[in-house]
Amino acid sequence: MKKLLFSFLLITAFAFYVLFNSSKSVSLSLPSNGSSETSKSLSQGGDAQMHYFPADSGNTQPSGGMMSGQMGMMSRSYRDGTYTGDVVDAYFGNVQVSATVKNGKISDVQFLQYPADRRTSIEINMQAMPVLVQEAIQSQSSNVDIVSGATQTSQGFQQSLASALSKAR
Amino acid sequence: MKKEKDAMGMPVSVEIVGAPADDPVFGEVFSYFDYVDRKFSTYRDESEISMINRNEIGMEDWSDDMKEIFSLSEKTKNETGGFFDIKKPDGKYDPSGIVKGWAIKNAAELLKRRGFKNFFVEAGGDIQTGGKSEKGEPWRIGIRNPFNMDEIVKVISVSGEGVATSGTYERGRHIYNPKSGTAPRDIVSLTVVGPDVYEADRFATAAFAMGKEGINLIEKARGLEGYMIDEKGIATMTSGFAAYAA
Repeated sequence: MKKLLFSFLLITAFAFYVLFNSSKSVSLSLPSNGSSETSKSLSQGGDAQMHYFPADSGNTQPSGGMMSGQMGMMSRSYRDGTYTGDVVDAYFGNVQVSATVKNGKISDVQFLQYPADRRTSIEINMQAMPVLVQEAIQSQSSNVDIVSGATQTSQGFQQSLASALSKAR
Repeated sequence: MKKEKDAMGMPVSVEIVGAPADDPVFGEVFSYFDYVDRKFSTYRDESEISMINRNEIGMEDWSDDMKEIFSLSEKTKNETGGFFDIKKPDGKYDPSGIVKGWAIKNAAELLKRRGFKNFFVEAGGDIQTGGKSEKGEPWRIGIRNPFNMDEIVKVISVSGEGVATSGTYERGRHIYNPKSGTAPRDIVSLTVVGPDVYEADRFATAAFAMGKEGINLIEKARGLEGYMIDEKGIATMTSGFAAYAA
């Protein structure tokens, strides 16, 4: 009887563990419509996190974005060509990529399949916003330790000056 | 002890309560900002970001800090519905909207690792505070009048929070809206108070690019408060901002 009870408790605990893990959010963010330059991120079970991006048309160099995790893959030398990866179940749908290698290095990764739209974007719904307090700005005469605000001289001037000075070193 | 120096193309000041003038930590902090500038300044031909923008370095050869900045930028872009974007209309990358806050936060972490608790690190108007001032009170921060840089229009008291202000002054095109490609003209200044200056900076950048709607982004974001000034000199504040007002 005790064994049966223990087994039941173990199974229940495991069931809760599975339910808890499956309810953890998996973030999939896709850009809003109309953007031809897309970058997608995918989280697979919390382990490898890989970010991919399509190359600019006519440009086989990486167009931007970033790579994180699994850097060992990135630093090895590969044979030139285009390779299609396995179709992987990514919880919300299938993911399949193809990788292009040029001069021994990965130069491009493309999505062949990706899950259906799951957007995470901040929606600003004006009707739902509380009315925020407003005031006319007024000069304060208090003493302060620090001042926050953009610096007076234009950004361009300061940066240009800094770059000129760096060449003078 | 407070020290100031130009770094990253802007004035940088560091005040550490209880640190003697010859404490090597001051030099370490300024050296760190020089390092950041050499790597991320789009105005330096030889910086890593300039080389990336000329396609001279493949991604697999980027430095760890560069990869981290791109990763954080992507995350911020997703969290702000695309209003934060380091990729500019000409196709080049300019991460300055996130590097400044990130670098200041890292400098503050360096101070904490050395055991300092009461300090501030400020670069170009963005600030990371720690603990209290020499008077034993929260740090008093003045928000500059965007129409008259000699004046302060609001004073806030913070202890440990980060503060960042995005703004346009004169006719400068400092930040633009990645969605429309134009500089917002309806607001001139947006100050964000957050748990640290990195959070404040990236959201201030994104919110400013949204124009008048930007203050709503800050209102919706948990842990952030904001003070926005429009072109008519009317300020709008988030519902929790008044708690910081001194």
